Amino acid sequence: MATTTTPTTKGFVGKRVRRTEDPRLITGTATYVDDVTRPGMLYAAVLRSPYASARISSISIEKAASLPGVSAVYTGEDVKAVGPVPCAGSMPTLRVPHHKILAQDRVYYVGHPVAAVVAIDRYVAQDAVDQIEVEYEPTECVADPEKALESDAVRVHPEYDDNVAFTFHAEGGDTDAAFAAADVVVSERVTVPRLAPSPMETRGVVAEYDEGTEELLVYSSTQIPHLLKTQLAVQLSLPENHVRVIAPEVGGGFGSKCNVWAEEALTCFAAMDLKQPIKWIENRRESINVVAHGRGHVDHLEMAASKDGTITALRFKILQDIGGHHQLLTPIIPTLAVIMIPGLYKIKNFTADLTGVFTNLPPTDLYRGAGRPEATYVLERVVDKLADKLEMDPAELRLKNFPAADEFPFETATGLSYDSGDYAKAFNIALENVGYDSFLKKQEKARSKGRLLGLGISTYGEVCAFGPSPALPAGGWESATVRVEATGKVTVMSGASPHGQGGETAYSQLAADALGVPMEDVVVIHGDTGKVHWGVGTFGSRGTAIGGTAVHLALEDIVAKGKKYAAHILNASLDSIQFNQGIFSSNEVEEKLTFQELALEAAVAQKLPPDTEPGLSATRFFEPPNFAFPFGAHICTVEVDGDTGQVEILRYIAVDDIGNVINPMLVDGQLHGGVAQGLGPAFLEEVVFSEDGQLLTGTFMDYAIPKAKDMPWIESERTVTPSPVNPLGAKGVGEAGTIGSLPAFVNAVVDALSHMGVEHIDIPMTPQKVWNLINERSQS
Amino acid sequence: MQRAIKVTVNGKEYEREVEPRMLLVHFLREELGLTGTHIGCETTVCGACTVMLEGHTVKSCTVLAVQANGKNLETIESVASDGDLHPIQEGFWNEHGLQCGFCTPGMIMSVKQLLGDNPNPSRDEIRHAIEGNLCRCTGYQHIVKSVESAAKAMVQE
Ligand code: FES
Ligand code: FES
Repeated sequence: MATTTTPTTKGFVGKRVRRTEDPRLITGTATYVDDVTRPGMLYAAVLRSPYASARISSISIEKAASLPGVSAVYTGEDVKAVGPVPCAGSMPTLRVPHHKILAQDRVYYVGHPVAAVVAIDRYVAQDAVDQIEVEYEPTECVADPEKALESDAVRVHPEYDDNVAFTFHAEGGDTDAAFAAADVVVSERVTVPRLAPSPMETRGVVAEYDEGTEELLVYSSTQIPHLLKTQLAVQLSLPENHVRVIAPEVGGGFGSKCNVWAEEALTCFAAMDLKQPIKWIENRRESINVVAHGRGHVDHLEMAASKDGTITALRFKILQDIGGHHQLLTPIIPTLAVIMIPGLYKIKNFTADLTGVFTNLPPTDLYRGAGRPEATYVLERVVDKLADKLEMDPAELRLKNFPAADEFPFETATGLSYDSGDYAKAFNIALENVGYDSFLKKQEKARSKGRLLGLGISTYGEVCAFGPSPALPAGGWESATVRVEATGKVTVMSGASPHGQGGETAYSQLAADALGVPMEDVVVIHGDTGKVHWGVGTFGSRGTAIGGTAVHLALEDIVAKGKKYAAHILNASLDSIQFNQGIFSSNEVEEKLTFQELALEAAVAQKLPPDTEPGLSATRFFEPPNFAFPFGAHICTVEVDGDTGQVEILRYIAVDDIGNVINPMLVDGQLHGGVAQGLGPAFLEEVVFSEDGQLLTGTFMDYAIPKAKDMPWIESERTVTPSPVNPLGAKGVGEAGTIGSLPAFVNAVVDALSHMGVEHIDIPMTPQKVWNLINERSQS
Repeated sequence: MQRAIKVTVNGKEYEREVEPRMLLVHFLREELGLTGTHIGCETTVCGACTVMLEGHTVKSCTVLAVQANGKNLETIESVASDGDLHPIQEGFWNEHGLQCGFCTPGMIMSVKQLLGDNPNPSRDEIRHAIEGNLCRCTGYQHIVKSVESAAKAMVQE
């Protein structure tokens, strides 16, 4: 049974402390963006294109505008002056087509925003949207990234001479020579369909403009309030210090809210235009349709190896479906697949060629894992193929190619420096936990009786804790301020913007331990640019390693300054001051000072030490010297029902190493959720479009995310290899489960059917797909 | 055309005029200010809007406010009493049965129904009972544990 500590005892870091954010969430008293109301608030709704590619010949708004309760109808013409939706990509070959917040003369995908209505309530706003008359001239479209690359393909953006959005090449070592010298070469082509991130809370914005102070107040369900503030100021030509962005309670993001959206600027524009607060809440269909999809890859990986199983080289080709235009990080995401393609293996030579291609589909962008699940998936598929070809045990093959624990920091051919690890250790525990040898025997026996059992291995590594600033378009640091109130209560302000991860709890644990105060004395403030002055945000598994480290550094400063006060007040030497469990003391004097007493002294400043300013607060920025590199092994066993194609997960074993852990309960939760988002696409999730770009999976009935019954019991364990790149020794856990799980499932199903000659099945492995395959094979 | 309706929500009577097309979930959230009930899909799939109507869970995005006329409703706001958390809420808190919390009010209402009907459910029965409630954050494992721990606490009470 799990035990939870109630937040009253000392020593919180490393314990299963229950969350400080939960009371408001379990009682229905939390405030998400749709719960925000402002006096006189109006509602916006967006009209979207029903065509994947069309010219707009006319828009008539009269009918819509004349409906009672309608305040305004905006078209592309009205918002021309608003700056474009930003894209942070900067590769030399990058094409960035214009991306206005409402379509100008053309639409590029089904769902492209065309017009917006503001009305008295959401019903009337929707009524009015239905009354806008748009005349489209549909044009030929291309909704498949491979077809979009064909020489005679219709161009998504006629101003370019083909559909290539960018190309990117990387290499290390001498790949051609390694392939020429190889004993064996194996390869695989995999498709990784578009996925809808689908946080349970859709996007939403409330914007209010104060004419007196000329301040724009924006509530948005975002992971990056600080970056959004800057971008909105630019898009709307406002002084940045007149914009305040609040990310209230955010109902999940998974990367999809780490973006700057047309609807954000649109709602602000309308609020400034009408001088009335405006709310826009996305509906689920819009969310599945236009919230940038993850993945959208066609990947091809070739692997060279010697007879003894040493992997010597990789040739990697990625086709990234961009969609109709870029969002914030669209072109950057697949480059993460490139740099992580060697995974956990010592592969000295590689080349990678990435092509981003425009299609008449909604944009793709960041989604949990972002490039790393795709790389891990194709890599782990091909490693299994190599094992097959060499008739080698796939576990043995993996173990053979890991760097040893004493080889860290380990420099990869892709130019990364893996910080720390013991890959074999984690993997061996996973093998032991699943009972590897005995399963193989069981599998053979079952097979002889016609039952289809399979075991799939995935050993994964990831790059996270983003990251050194030069590697990120908007900086990779994080900031924190710790303010000690006169009464000794502690306020922690973080530039990170947690939205479900439990950052408030983790930061409170750090503060309570560092300052020797009860956790309930700590308040964590985040997600409000009016209160927290600097920040980057929460994405890329950085909340603890980067955000937490900034908090840790500020806490250290508090203690250091506190000691100065204590020395002065206690009349002892600074060197003699000890701070322990909230008490300042010295072996030179009897008297002691509690943290709370000292806080008051610092505030009232009656006994100020020389050269010391009053008050007790500290602001620190943490700039990481490197990324962190979690790793682990996930093993899945399955039974495939030959009659129905249904796959049952028998056991799911995860051994992860995410460095030091502040709260194991939160880490378990992150891993479980991550695994669910890796397994979803393995057998359920896929955003499907028809050939003419129509969305065919626009509700949760068609776009199936895992339900409680779809998920296995995850048997999770951890090894701990602290990261040397931050003082907490933390790596990051948000994405690990998503990266590790998909290949484990796919390898297991392929293994179950391997004796039929099955070498690969594309995801999602729906029962129908699996059944068809079994049927084909048993007939041939 | 507005219609007058009278409902009892969390023990309190309300009389309002509403448009016949207004969804119950919008009525609760916008007319009564009970924003603990969430909207995740508006199409009866996600369960974020789950409330009790005459003692049975319904998805309030699929009920019109006028259909609730004369009826008795309970929402997440009524689950804790006098500041004391309900054992189900304690269970979710202790076992980390939530992350972003958006699915949680609906989830808790469904669990309330489950434990009312079946005080000692198996893991399979728990998973079955919450199939109409989607959670994108937790992978459900901690929710299952939360329900187990709540069931245990409630049996002991
Ligand atoms: S909002 Fe009612 S079921 Fe999703
Ligand atoms: S806790 Fe986020 S959707 Fe369930």
